[in-house]
Amino acid sequence: MRDDDRESSGGRGGGKAGAKKDGEKGGPRRGFFRRKRVCKFCVEKIDYISYRDVKLLAPFIPERGKVQPRRISGTCATHQRRLQVAIKRARQIALIPYVTD
Amino acid sequence: MSTVRQYELVYIAAPDTTEEALAELHQQIATVVERFGGTFEKTEPWGRRRLAYVIGPHREGVYVLDVINGPGEMVAELDRRLRVFDAVIRHMVVRVDDELAIAERAKVRRKSDLVARRLRRGLPPEPTESELLRRKQHGDDDDSDAGPAFGMENER
Repeated sequence: MRDDDRESSGGRGGGKAGAKKDGEKGGPRRGFFRRKRVCKFCVEKIDYISYRDVKLLAPFIPERGKVQPRRISGTCATHQRRLQVAIKRARQIALIPYVTD
Repeated sequence: MSTVRQYELVYIAAPDTTEEALAELHQQIATVVERFGGTFEKTEPWGRRRLAYVIGPHREGVYVLDVINGPGEMVAELDRRLRVFDAVIRHMVVRVDDELAIAERAKVRRKSDLVARRLRRGLPPEPTESELLRRKQHGDDDDSDAGPAFGMENER
């Protein structure tokens, strides 16, 4: 879902700013339906995100191999930060690719 | 002086490494750990795994995880040694005690918050059996303030 969002290069800044504000403030009132995003780690009460747990990290790594942004996955700031560290560690020991073409 | 901390050491040996060579490698690591007065919490061989990307000529590797308690100087020495071994194609040492402590604290806090919330509502601190049963039937979450869970119900 929402592949268009993540594939477009240079996603930060400019064109998206307005859309984001709308989505956060007014809820799904733009053309398409946006499901309420929740932080997976908060909901499932996962306290420790280990770099060894590839199954846990996998949903946050799209095909390209990048870290999925918060605005798409809905992860809260705290958990996104920890997730990011875990992903970077997992990459170092070749559990997760740095890039895939 | 030198504080004892907990570290996780993961190293990847080349896929053609023999059992004896692996044992030898572990022995070498154990020697270093002992010298610095460290202890092994556990050793977990993950066995042969496909690498996510090619490291040198290798597409596979033999993974080993060691959880070690010891001082920081020990880590420096381990790191130096592991870089020398030809059989080890990749290694990483991560300090985990602080992170595990944070996770533990979060768990404790959530528990005590739950109890406090229940007491405020005039309920017994622990959910009674009939409550648990009803919750199971309705598929409710045990926190009333948690958001709606969707789709991903893989329990940890």
